[in-house]
Amino acid sequence: METKLEEILGSDYSLGFETEVESDEAPIGLNEDIIRLISRKKNEPSWMVEIRLETYRKWLRMSEPKWAGLKYPAIDYNKICYYSAPKKPPGSLDEVDPQILETYRKLGIPLEEQKLLAGIAVDAVFDSVSVKTTFSEKLEELGIIFCSISEAIIKHPELVKKYMFSVVPKTDNYFAALNTAVFTDGTFAYIPKGVRCPMELSTYFRINALNTGQFERTLIIADKDSYVSYNEGCSAPMRDENQLHAAVVELIALDDAEIKYSTIQNWYPGDKDGRGGIYNFVTKRAKCLGENSKISWTQVETGSAITWKYPSCLLIGDNSVGEFYSVAITSLKQQADTGSKMTHIGKNTKSTIISKGISALKGVNAYRGLVKVRPKADGARNFTQCDSLLIGSSCAAHTYPYQDISNPTALVEHEASTSKISDEQLFYAMQRGLSEEQAVSLIVNGFCKEVLNKLPMEFAVEARALLDLTLEGSVG
Amino acid sequence: MLKLKNLTVSIDNKKIIKSLDLDVKSGEIHVIMGLNGTGKSTLLKAVAASYECDVDGEIVFDSKNISDYDAASRAQAGIFMSFQNPIEIPGVNTTYFIKTALNEIRIAKGLEPLKAPEFMKLLKEKTQLLGIDNEVLSRSINVGFSGGEKKRNEILQMLMLEPRLILLDEIDSGLDIDALKTVTDGINLMKNSECSMIIVTHYSRLLEYVKPDFVHILQDGKIVKSGDLSLAIELEEKGYEYVLHG
Repeated sequence: METKLEEILGSDYSLGFETEVESDEAPIGLNEDIIRLISRKKNEPSWMVEIRLETYRKWLRMSEPKWAGLKYPAIDYNKICYYSAPKKPPGSLDEVDPQILETYRKLGIPLEEQKLLAGIAVDAVFDSVSVKTTFSEKLEELGIIFCSISEAIIKHPELVKKYMFSVVPKTDNYFAALNTAVFTDGTFAYIPKGVRCPMELSTYFRINALNTGQFERTLIIADKDSYVSYNEGCSAPMRDENQLHAAVVELIALDDAEIKYSTIQNWYPGDKDGRGGIYNFVTKRAKCLGENSKISWTQVETGSAITWKYPSCLLIGDNSVGEFYSVAITSLKQQADTGSKMTHIGKNTKSTIISKGISALKGVNAYRGLVKVRPKADGARNFTQCDSLLIGSSCAAHTYPYQDISNPTALVEHEASTSKISDEQLFYAMQRGLSEEQAVSLIVNGFCKEVLNKLPMEFAVEARALLDLTLEGSVG
Repeated sequence: MLKLKNLTVSIDNKKIIKSLDLDVKSGEIHVIMGLNGTGKSTLLKAVAASYECDVDGEIVFDSKNISDYDAASRAQAGIFMSFQNPIEIPGVNTTYFIKTALNEIRIAKGLEPLKAPEFMKLLKEKTQLLGIDNEVLSRSINVGFSGGEKKRNEILQMLMLEPRLILLDEIDSGLDIDALKTVTDGINLMKNSECSMIIVTHYSRLLEYVKPDFVHILQDGKIVKSGDLSLAIELEEKGYEYVLHG
């Protein structure tokens, strides 16, 4: 009976392609010269290289966190390439592996976007280029800054100096410190006072730049009374042969501002025996600095050999709101340790955590969360719900909810459940005419519905397609 | 319509059904009775292709050997089984589930999938026949349903999917007399010369409402006695021991 599910789930990673691209690379290894080289390649001002070097020296004395209980062989940080940029992208879709294109088609990604994802040079006459220009002009008119972090360091040093490291300090943790030393790219967005960003901002525009860096750093600032929805990553794979991905994301919302941050993560998960795959060690934190500010994280995590991330909110402004909605699926031999930290500091602050973990085959999924209410956070409220779904009997789900409450007026609720997709459920659905894959998809989607509903519409369609792909069997 | 030839079924390497033969013709209603643990449910599950069952012998449906078909293909060919304990699937809306199932079966038959308005019209018609509350349909499938609601929901799906071979596994268990009436009314709606049924039950009470053509007694994985309605009545009056061994 077990074998039935394994058949359905044990599909090969359909996105694990390699594309031969000539690239401009730094020598393997990590030292001060490499950091200077990265900084030089990015034309950074001297203050930035100083920050990098200073943090690197501190990082050398730090050690990897072990509390998550993840299992992986020691990482040799001197065997990683810290800078790689493609020199010459493929010229047209004809040069791209047809298998990749088939995957994009399955995910329902439009043709023009496929070209961007495949890393094709977009200096030819592509619609998306003009679309992009139109968007940039529109954003500029409103005073919105949306560019790469490297560009922001050069063009908007005052904003970068004020806010970068203000949420995730330079040496916050081992991987964040490494990121500070070697980050190569990422997104910067600033929404000025009173502006409601009229479109979803996403990495769609800059996918080429993303391909180059495994240490992105993202900084988003929503000034007073502004609103922005940002979609990170895409459901397509990144051409990243390296094993370690350590990103940092910082979000800041001032008075009455709102940020929605959605992620679909689908890095290479490795094979069924746990060989290969990305270590996705990410630090994401948001600061609701202003009164009545609101920040929500929504994530769909389907890829990576190991995921280690806890998108968190510091609720500083009175009446501020933090939300975390997550679907994490581990199949093959994937491990995910993910959750959220909500720190209530201001009065009448509210937070919600909804976490859905799905484990299949030999996947291990852990929810780890902390709800902290500081002494002055009168009237703080939290609602946490974490549900686990098990598929088969070789997988595992763990829940580690922590609460640290220092104010008697706080109201903190926690609900948790664990359930299992059984052969009986599959048989029932199939007996009514659904194929095996449809049945699994239906059950999994039903389980995640609450979170998928929080994604922007187009993103949600991609997320559903991706869940199906992740669980797809030998068919297709 | 359905021919079982020398059917042997094992679950976890234990033989439950032993070299059983059964011939069900179009429009016939067969009832299977027997003590607990004699293999009644297993027989139905084997015909519907449950994962649990390892099957030897032949299952012929519409003159085709369907022994290698999976549960979905058999359902699409027109076989419906109502479950003794209908399974709960959290988060999956009942209406959506029925719509997905119906459209899969329609596509397999070469028909156009039903659009939402047509589907809703059809669903409303059938739910009214069975006295099912609309609120029930907006819940997750079978989650928080009472015993009666679960059984009615099975009958609703049967009416919606319009199968040609219906397998009913203790559809009458746990029903009060009013619910039994509604459920059997639903079953009788499916009675026609094109549609056959195999009904597993412990009680002849059901047979006051649904008239069988044949009654079979299953013992130790084999049909040991066959007859008509009078056999079921005799069983009810005298018990298995007397009927089988005098």
